[in-house]
Amino acid sequence: MANRIETERLTCRYGEVVAVEDVTLSLEAKAVTALIGPSGCGKSTFLRALNRMHEVVPGASVQGRVLLDDEDIYHPSVDPTRVRRTIGMVFQRPNPFPTMSIFDNAVAGLRLTGVRRRAELEEAAERSLRAAHLWEEVSGRLKKPAAGLSGGQQQRLCIARAIAVEPQVLLMDEPCSALDPISTLAIEDLIANLKDRYTIVIVTHNMQQAARVSDTTGFFTVEGPGEPGRLIEIDDTEKIFTSPSNPRTEAYITGRFG
Amino acid sequence: MTGPVASGLRAAPGWRETRRRVTDRAFRAALLLAFLAAVAPLLLVLGYTVYRGASHLSAAFLTHSMAGVPPSSAGGGIYHAIVGTVEMVLLSSLISVPVGLLAALYLTEFGRGWLPRSIRFFVDVMTGIPSIVAGLFVYAFLVLGLHRGYSGFAGALALAVLQLPVVIRASEDMLNLVPDALREASYALGIPQWRTVLSVVLPTSAAGLTTGVMLAVARVTGETAPLLLTSFDNTFINNNPFSGPQSALSVFIYNSAQQAYAPAVDRAWAAALTLIVLVIALYAGARILARRSALRQR
Repeated sequence: MANRIETERLTCRYGEVVAVEDVTLSLEAKAVTALIGPSGCGKSTFLRALNRMHEVVPGASVQGRVLLDDEDIYHPSVDPTRVRRTIGMVFQRPNPFPTMSIFDNAVAGLRLTGVRRRAELEEAAERSLRAAHLWEEVSGRLKKPAAGLSGGQQQRLCIARAIAVEPQVLLMDEPCSALDPISTLAIEDLIANLKDRYTIVIVTHNMQQAARVSDTTGFFTVEGPGEPGRLIEIDDTEKIFTSPSNPRTEAYITGRFG
Repeated sequence: MTGPVASGLRAAPGWRETRRRVTDRAFRAALLLAFLAAVAPLLLVLGYTVYRGASHLSAAFLTHSMAGVPPSSAGGGIYHAIVGTVEMVLLSSLISVPVGLLAALYLTEFGRGWLPRSIRFFVDVMTGIPSIVAGLFVYAFLVLGLHRGYSGFAGALALAVLQLPVVIRASEDMLNLVPDALREASYALGIPQWRTVLSVVLPTSAAGLTTGVMLAVARVTGETAPLLLTSFDNTFINNNPFSGPQSALSVFIYNSAQQAYAPAVDRAWAAALTLIVLVIALYAGARILARRSALRQR
């Protein structure tokens, strides 16, 4: 499986309000794509539409197509829970389940979708916690509540939880915006390691971060309040940050706007 | 080096600062007074009930009924009323807690559109039903209408009508406190909604739900008016809530306090003290349970 994601004329609405309009792009497999842009440009909404989390919000709707390896994830016969198991997500704020231990958090996605075998769960917990660079720090206290971890550890636990269900794509919605620089660095390292195995899409407000971690960068913007967000251009990260084709991209990355 | 530069921190307070301090003091005093005014009636009620009731409270009083004891003579007890109160509150809770919890889950987790809105409206209306009307309803419907006569079960039904909206409202508030981020985290793992509710939402709000339910139980324990028309009263022990009138602590207090004889009035005070202790024990139990599960989460 290549796990390439393509969108065709994707428009996302909250009720009558159009959050992001007419986005057609292609996200390369086994690579990191960063989505940047000013607040309110719809990049997070777009990201949530890629694994059908957008429709969880009451009144939200989607128009257009999202193809995962040529299969439309919005086809009526597709079960959204299957989509979300294949396309995992990490949120802006660390959100471990407060009533569960570290171990239970790591394997929540497996256990709550029917995996019962203890050995399998233990194997998955160690594998995902190692992959999230958290194993050394927590292996001695897996039974302790996840709420006792630091913010950066909690976020890595959330990443472990997301990859324990073995998704093929990982969506990250500003995963470092609530973290200190050291935790941010740990997560960026992690992203670099994960991209051999996963297709990663990361929304970020931090342009240096986009430049550091991504292969491809897409720039979204919005004309004004109430206007829909749009994709301006998407290209190799190096090109976007050195010689973007669109003057608006250049204005944004050089800090003259946004 | 010259001398230390005056920072101004130690200078005499100006009139602005003085005014601020005076205002601060005045508001503190006002808040303290308001607090005392709110607590004073509670302490007076509690203190006077202990003063009048404690001396008549005894093991014999708690373990005997009023069978064969005329209101004018001392002796007798409230065992029959305790049995009635406990059974009726238990039956009422058995009805309204499961229904109320499920309704709250529907309202917060599943319902969308006009149906949950109208349910919420009617729950609010139900909260406002005078308790005597709940009693009257069961009286007309069950006691007279279906010819079932007075019974503890009829009393429990009337209590359930009052308890149900309280359970729904309290549980709904508690479920709404569960952050949406946790639900989203669960959905994003491909966990279906029913599983998310069972394994993420309910455990997270367990402490709050327990407190809410216990408060709803405590709330109906002292109800009197609806029981007058449904469980009536009884001087004998009736362990079967499904047949024949049953006494309850609240009704016992009401009937005894109206008597012209000192022993009856003394029994009313002692029963009142028992009822207060019972309700406080329920509140305290709820707090302890809530704190326990809160600690376990940490």
